[in-house]
Amino acid sequence: MNKTIEVIGSGCPTCKKLYKETLKAVSDLGLEIKVEYINDVQKIISMGIMQSPVLAVNGKPVLVGFTPDMEKIKKAIQDNL
Amino acid sequence: MNIFYPIQLLADWLTYSVFCIVSDTTLACAVNFFIYDTIKIFILLIVIIFAVSIIRSFLPPEKIRFILSHKNKYTGNVIASLLGIITPFCSCSAIPLFLGFVQAGVPLGTTFSFLVASPMINEVALVLLLGLFGWKIALIYIVSGLVIAILSGTVIGKMKVENLVESFVYQNSINANADQPNMTWSDRFAYAKKYTWDIIKKVWPFIIIGIALGAWIHGYVPTDFLARYAGADKWFAVPLAVLIGIPLYSNAAGIIPLVSALTEKGVAMGTTLAFMMAVTALSLPEFMILKRVMKIKLILIFAGIAGVGIVFTGYLFNWVL
Repeated sequence: MNKTIEVIGSGCPTCKKLYKETLKAVSDLGLEIKVEYINDVQKIISMGIMQSPVLAVNGKPVLVGFTPDMEKIKKAIQDNL
Repeated sequence: MNIFYPIQLLADWLTYSVFCIVSDTTLACAVNFFIYDTIKIFILLIVIIFAVSIIRSFLPPEKIRFILSHKNKYTGNVIASLLGIITPFCSCSAIPLFLGFVQAGVPLGTTFSFLVASPMINEVALVLLLGLFGWKIALIYIVSGLVIAILSGTVIGKMKVENLVESFVYQNSINANADQPNMTWSDRFAYAKKYTWDIIKKVWPFIIIGIALGAWIHGYVPTDFLARYAGADKWFAVPLAVLIGIPLYSNAAGIIPLVSALTEKGVAMGTTLAFMMAVTALSLPEFMILKRVMKIKLILIFAGIAGVGIVFTGYLFNWVL
């Protein structure tokens, strides 16, 4: 199965920040996965979530509603890949 | 006993001993006021935002939705307004909240109760009211904010305005059960710390500038200066305050200390409360964003009903306080 990392947001500043931090986390971890930024609120809703941004690993939401510090982001990615 | 007494001592010490300003001068008065208010407000901000964030980590919007989709129309409005108090609300989450509620079958009226209460009764506004006006005014603000939210939602619910919601909204429907990542206590503390820090980082310049302007007014503007223009006997003061408040959303944090000084100079309390409610609840950027999911007519109805409620509250408190 293809591994995916997505940041889904409504285009707000917090969402863009999470996207940037995630890009950095992925490159720091040396992962060869493209991080996708998805600007589609309906997708968040269909995941059953109502906050943006969402960090989804393999389609599963792992961080919701805020941008935590870098270590948390890395851990969330590693634990769920 | 006043729990802020030590801060007053500190402010006195800094003003008279460290900065060596002669007491009883206008400058001393303004500087003392600035130091005291700044320290008090920042302590309150940290304590209250942290506490609210911890409570909030137990009640994410998804859980609130689950609760709301299982309530009938009337208790739904009350619960939605109460839950709105602890939910943070920035214009970037307006759309996900609205879609998420409506598509899970939460009635439109209940959703609007939440949309009114959530930004209006927010922790930053509460801290500032509590710090600058005392707990009675803060409590009046919460209670009247709740009443406005419950009534606005009830009225909109009765109006049968579902046809004014963009049609795509109803084409998707979803289950209200969300799979949420579990949080431990250390996650909750980390979240609360992070959230408190983010808010303080965002609002501190506005608060400092607001308190500084307020201190200047406190020291240099004569006490009854504004009573002539915005006292309780001026009928136009309340609607005017509400109109001015609509575009001022992002600067709510700086406006309140300023308004506190204006109140001292004769602006009536009800007018002040109405102004604050308008600043927080009726926000132009939020309306622009909501246009993506509802017709302009519904936004106008929503703003109109909440606006009338706020103006009425302003008159009521000008009359009773």
